[in-house]
Amino acid sequence: MLDAGRHPLIELLAYSQVERVSRENGGFHVEITRKARYVDENICNACGDCVAKCPTKVPNAFNMNLDERRAVYLYFDQGIPSVMTIDPDYCRYLKDGKCGVCAKVCEKGAVDFEQKSRGATLDVGAIVLATGLTVFDPTPLTQYGYGKIKNVITGLEYERLINATGPTGGHLNRRSDDQLAHRVAYVQCTGSRDLNYCDYCSSVCCMCSIKDAMLGREHDPESVSYIFHTDLRNVGKWFQRYQTRGEEEYGINFVRGRVAEIAEGPDDNPVLWYEDTRTRKVEKLMVDMVVLATAALPSPDAAALGDMLGVEVDRYGFVVTDDAAPADTSAEGIFACGFCKGPCDIPESVAQASAAASRASELVLSGAPVGKR
Amino acid sequence: MEEIRVGVFICNCGTNIAGFLDTGVVAEYASTLPDVVFTRENLYSCSEAGITDIKTAITENRLNRVVVAACTPLTHEPTFRAACSDAGVNPYLFEFVNIREHCSWVHKEEWDAGTTKAKDLVRMGVARARLLEPQERIRAPVLRRAVVIGGGVSGMTVALAIARKNLDVALIEREKKLGGLVGELHSLYPGGRDAGGYVSALVEAVKAEERVKVFTGATITDVAGYIGNYSVTLRSKAKELSIECGAIVVTTGAHPLLPEGILGYDGKRVISLIELEGKLASGRLKGSSFVFITCAGARNAEHPYCSKICCMVAVKNALLIKETVPDSRVHVLYRDLMCYGLENEKLLRRAKEVGVRFISYSKDEPPTVEKGVVRVTGDVMGRDFEIPCDMVVLATPLVPDDGAQGLSRLLKVPLDADRFFLEAHVKLRPVDFSSDGIYVAGTARWPGSVRESVEQSLGAASRASIPLLASVRTGASRWSIRMLA
Repeated sequence: MLDAGRHPLIELLAYSQVERVSRENGGFHVEITRKARYVDENICNACGDCVAKCPTKVPNAFNMNLDERRAVYLYFDQGIPSVMTIDPDYCRYLKDGKCGVCAKVCEKGAVDFEQKSRGATLDVGAIVLATGLTVFDPTPLTQYGYGKIKNVITGLEYERLINATGPTGGHLNRRSDDQLAHRVAYVQCTGSRDLNYCDYCSSVCCMCSIKDAMLGREHDPESVSYIFHTDLRNVGKWFQRYQTRGEEEYGINFVRGRVAEIAEGPDDNPVLWYEDTRTRKVEKLMVDMVVLATAALPSPDAAALGDMLGVEVDRYGFVVTDDAAPADTSAEGIFACGFCKGPCDIPESVAQASAAASRASELVLSGAPVGKR
Repeated sequence: MEEIRVGVFICNCGTNIAGFLDTGVVAEYASTLPDVVFTRENLYSCSEAGITDIKTAITENRLNRVVVAACTPLTHEPTFRAACSDAGVNPYLFEFVNIREHCSWVHKEEWDAGTTKAKDLVRMGVARARLLEPQERIRAPVLRRAVVIGGGVSGMTVALAIARKNLDVALIEREKKLGGLVGELHSLYPGGRDAGGYVSALVEAVKAEERVKVFTGATITDVAGYIGNYSVTLRSKAKELSIECGAIVVTTGAHPLLPEGILGYDGKRVISLIELEGKLASGRLKGSSFVFITCAGARNAEHPYCSKICCMVAVKNALLIKETVPDSRVHVLYRDLMCYGLENEKLLRRAKEVGVRFISYSKDEPPTVEKGVVRVTGDVMGRDFEIPCDMVVLATPLVPDDGAQGLSRLLKVPLDADRFFLEAHVKLRPVDFSSDGIYVAGTARWPGSVRESVEQSLGAASRASIPLLASVRTGASRWSIRMLA
């Protein structure tokens, strides 16, 4: 992020929305809305004086709404560009003209309540899609009790809890009683490899749960984990060694079997019912916390974006590409990389990003208009 | 010798640093350190005011070493170096101490310990600053040519992608012809693309590309130089020649383990996947009953890694046989079925639908193969199976090429514990080596599908062309964004 942020040839347009793309002069004409931050990006240095004084509390989306932020906020600590944004849905001044304390405490005078969303246009030779992923909402899987049983959470919620900058300062505290969870069960393929939801393998969840379980043990020496899985698909570089290390050194118990149901036991403890397919016995296990390893999907706007650009997407919204030309979309001059094409992990995404950059730069360096090469 | 005069600037970074440790105490401590003649605490050292302050202090106090204790050099080192330069101090006499990411942010609950650590970090920074010597930047010409080592799908893809950027490429192949491992295959999963057709189209494209010069039957004997100016010596047809180039890409691939001594392998009734591909390609496959055994020689003590592709190659071929001869009996014995992603899972489902039978076995109770019969304990079904069959196909892992060791020494780039090439960062720099100007792609790095190898190859071509194009990147203009009203 920092590299991209300070690269002299990269112009970052954060907090912006692509509205329309048309083919013009052999390239693309892109119309963008730059949303009003109500803070001058060129002046603000993210000192945080405004945040310290802002009286309005708002659910913190970055922390999966597990805690609160203020109406003026930095989306997350290391975000680029490092400038504050005022949330117009909550800010008292923007809603009813009262307060304005942020403007008063800002010594640099960066707050600008008069700022408006602005249109901007770009003429470019190539477009790269890197719209990433969103995670599956496990609420429809009622048998897992997500949203009803307090100590059943998703993998992303776990990530925020175990993170030092998260709502609990890195302590794996239960939602029900704020006590440390020692026994944690991970339910793989929540929504993945499931004909009713995502009929594919999300590819990253097996490793992700192992990593989470290992982190748990690093934070808490008494931590014991159970990973309920079918095939354990740890195929990347050194992944098998990692899995073995998790099992031998970090107290991870791998249980082969899909969890049938999660019930609520005493003291808000979730109880998992499952068949251990290796012993072929139906068993139950009570734990302090359950983490659902949810499927990953393309971002919710992926299909609409595909429509706007004339790029073929599949029924989930994944950009369709060919094995022999994996960075090229169905639309000439438009390339894609990362999870928007299908499940992949970080190194794969990074390699794909360079691949898309290669294809896009071939086009731009050639100077030839799209369709005339 | 010039008297050393160190100036130390302690940044509060708003509350980012000052909120979690005592910057005043750190500044006071800094002033007691040897050769420190000036100390200042700033709210934001990186701000306009902070920079001016540094420049003024340099002039007024005749500072010749500058230490800023603030955030990360990744963001602001260029800023502070420029400030030194502006005030007449060589920019390399500047030392950055990170008391934010390395201290205040990670010790948010430990005021005293955090303050002590910041003092230690500043003391180390000052000690280093006193030893710094002025440096000058040098400029060197860049040879606008790449050498690609290995002429399989990855190498050819890299070569073509670099050539499309109007750069010259020497593609070096050890064998007599291009094509590599994929050239020996019948079809490619998941789409079922004809492997031979795909490879010959690539070979034709390489031959037709005048910017790519191919050296077959060639081995590398020496590598010298540095980014922008490498010299690669190779022996080809009893002649030795050297190629000057600016960047090198390693695409030497891997090959499937020959399963000698594994599960009754005899090359006739018990064969490897690659041998099956050969039989399928030439239409010489006979029999009506087949058993595929995955993880043959993989995920064990000798080869502890999962080779990523063998399950899919087995599933692809099992499906192909079953669909071609519907009354054939096809079993796949597996430990975990690695059908990750969108298409692979679909292929697995189709194989199950058309009647390929899948039986999982445990690592501790592997199948046995005897004269036309495979015996296995199905660990999920909880019973033993005796499967008579015409042919057993062993899915063995890809293993690193024997030449990798020698090449890694010549290039001075490392191999990992499994003897695959080791990239600069396993997550964030997957196709770079830590040596500048040398890159890696495909199965030389780690087993992967054709799609993954092509992605990495295009990626490596992109990375390699950055230094190659650097020499012509003058006068590049910034994008300008037209703001509407």
